[in-house]
Amino acid sequence: MSEIGPVFERCREEKRAAFIPYLTGGDPDLETSGRLLEALAAGGADLIEIGVPFSDPIADGPVNQRAAARALAAGTSLSAVLDLVARYRDKLGVPMVLFTYFNPILAAGVERFAERAEASGVDGVLCVDLPPEEAASELIPALRARDIDSVFLLAPTSDRRRIQAVARASTGFVYYVSRTGVTGAREELPKPLLKEAKRMRRRLSQPLAVGFGISTPEQVRSVARVADGVVVGSALVRIVEEHASEPGLAERLEAQVRELADALR
Amino acid sequence: MSAANDQPIGYFGSYGGRFVPETLMAPIAELARAYDKLSGKRKFRKRLQSLLRDYAGRPTPLYFAERLSRELGGARIYLKREDLLHTGAHKINNAIGQALLAQSMGKERVIAETGAGQHGVATATAAALLDLSCTVYMGEEDMRRQRLNVERMRLLGAEVVGVDAGSRTLKDAINEALRDWVTNVRTTHYVLGSVLGPDPYPRMVRDFHRVIGDEARRQLRRQAGRWWPDLAIACVGGGSNSIGLFTAFLDNERVRMIGVEAGGSGEELGEHAARFRGGSVGVLHGTRTLVLQDTNGQIAGTHSVSAGLDYPAVGPEHVVLAEEGRVEYTSATDAEAIDAFHRLAATEGILPALESAHAIAEAINRAPGLTAKEIVLINLSGRGDKDVESVLAYDRETGDRGSGAGRQTVPRVGREFE
Repeated sequence: MSEIGPVFERCREEKRAAFIPYLTGGDPDLETSGRLLEALAAGGADLIEIGVPFSDPIADGPVNQRAAARALAAGTSLSAVLDLVARYRDKLGVPMVLFTYFNPILAAGVERFAERAEASGVDGVLCVDLPPEEAASELIPALRARDIDSVFLLAPTSDRRRIQAVARASTGFVYYVSRTGVTGAREELPKPLLKEAKRMRRRLSQPLAVGFGISTPEQVRSVARVADGVVVGSALVRIVEEHASEPGLAERLEAQVRELADALR
Repeated sequence: MSAANDQPIGYFGSYGGRFVPETLMAPIAELARAYDKLSGKRKFRKRLQSLLRDYAGRPTPLYFAERLSRELGGARIYLKREDLLHTGAHKINNAIGQALLAQSMGKERVIAETGAGQHGVATATAAALLDLSCTVYMGEEDMRRQRLNVERMRLLGAEVVGVDAGSRTLKDAINEALRDWVTNVRTTHYVLGSVLGPDPYPRMVRDFHRVIGDEARRQLRRQAGRWWPDLAIACVGGGSNSIGLFTAFLDNERVRMIGVEAGGSGEELGEHAARFRGGSVGVLHGTRTLVLQDTNGQIAGTHSVSAGLDYPAVGPEHVVLAEEGRVEYTSATDAEAIDAFHRLAATEGILPALESAHAIAEAINRAPGLTAKEIVLINLSGRGDKDVESVLAYDRETGDRGSGAGRQTVPRVGREFE
């Protein structure tokens, strides 16, 4: 198994949820991106989600869309993100999950991708437009053979049958999308979220992480009551966007991550 | 049909499927169930048929293009006049069908993407007819070149949302429509306008359009004395009008079929939308199919003078039809399409949509090599009013007419046309 399971175990022992920050790999460029991964780890990330930039990110809101565009303009590819993981995964000692669309993996070749992911030290792969049904024939076996976790998503629209399918296919954790919609910070958490997350969690043996639209320490704390992990993405990506050219970017990001991670401690 | 029985649901060979975010998985399963149930119901079929007949103007004529045939000096050319349908293109067949489906599912809102604007206009029309609220996503580049259709949609009560991401064309409009759908899926039905996207769209959109070929078959029998053409030609963007024409003839080995893609302005990636020439297997917008992309799996930009063909992926069923050798796929360049536009205007008094002009261009190439006993059936999928400005602009930029021009003098279309 990957290192993801042990992270959730450790957090459970500490009686807290895991903090999982997201950044788009290669945003604003590959070198800066590496320094930002260090900042995430230093700020208290238990697990890091790295986005693979894609030209047509249908599940992402404007902030992450722009991040993908910046990363692609800076020459980032799936291969470059894997290099980034290879350089920082062991150095930082924080497990890393790729958050990606399926087409870059398909273009690389599923087996070849899995080999490279293993060599780079990737702990888990979450493919946002690849439901378990479509992953069953190729991607899941390729990852499983290499002890890389395959993480699938659940959403408020997921019915009982889908919860079962995702529960069967997911390893490491299950990612619950807090709302019907795309990624991006929102002022308020959706009202039914806490109840819904509880409903999902009861049916899963894996840890449940909740993401999409979570941006403040208050929101992080409140989601942590029903989740094993809390993902914050766009709120951090926005910091990268707004301060990309400033020398204090990494410090600013680290401070923000610390504030969010501390909300769980 | 191409989809064998042992295929998983929603696949044509190894193409198709349901590659969408989890939020949409239960809703598209529900959509597929609702469609399967409704399409078997007599009441639904009668309602659809009566709207297509009394409201949209079906059956559309099959027209023997005598002058064009004579000029080309080969086969007899018949045009299936989808351009004469209400709203000016075949798109209304599918829009009415899906709007009825949305209504029966209790959805109060429909959304659509549009490239040339024809599907957007058709959806806005069906929404007005059935009292559904309607939002249409359209790339800003397309809004510029298909301005007339933008105004038509707005007059029909639809909200038109410009998309300024990416190449600001059809692909980006679909991205934005999918984001809307993911957000509002409980109240909203996505009227996808081509044989693209996750199952059930490719088969559902095909079913709503197969009336084109079914009618043409009967009309050929009456007008030309036989049930089939020797050659059937249609343009292929996503591939809805072509599949609508081809489906009726797939079982008849005597019928050769050609799908015509946008050859654009050159051979390089980004200069055309010829997926069968430059594409490779990928996943885009929910379906596994041929996609124009770079080696890193990033979707390529495309170019075509015709907004409706300007898209980097093709409907999954077409890929199987190509692999089986059942349909041949070729392309016509911008210049050839513009020439064909002028040629049809001058010989038959018909302004074709630039999309359909690609099919005409292929016929212009092929017909002279055939005999007068042979029949070429072309799907004239839409009318060209929307393209008048684009054609004039193209002619201005290239100095009068596109390459290979000059076969005859062509009356200029006045600007008052818009």
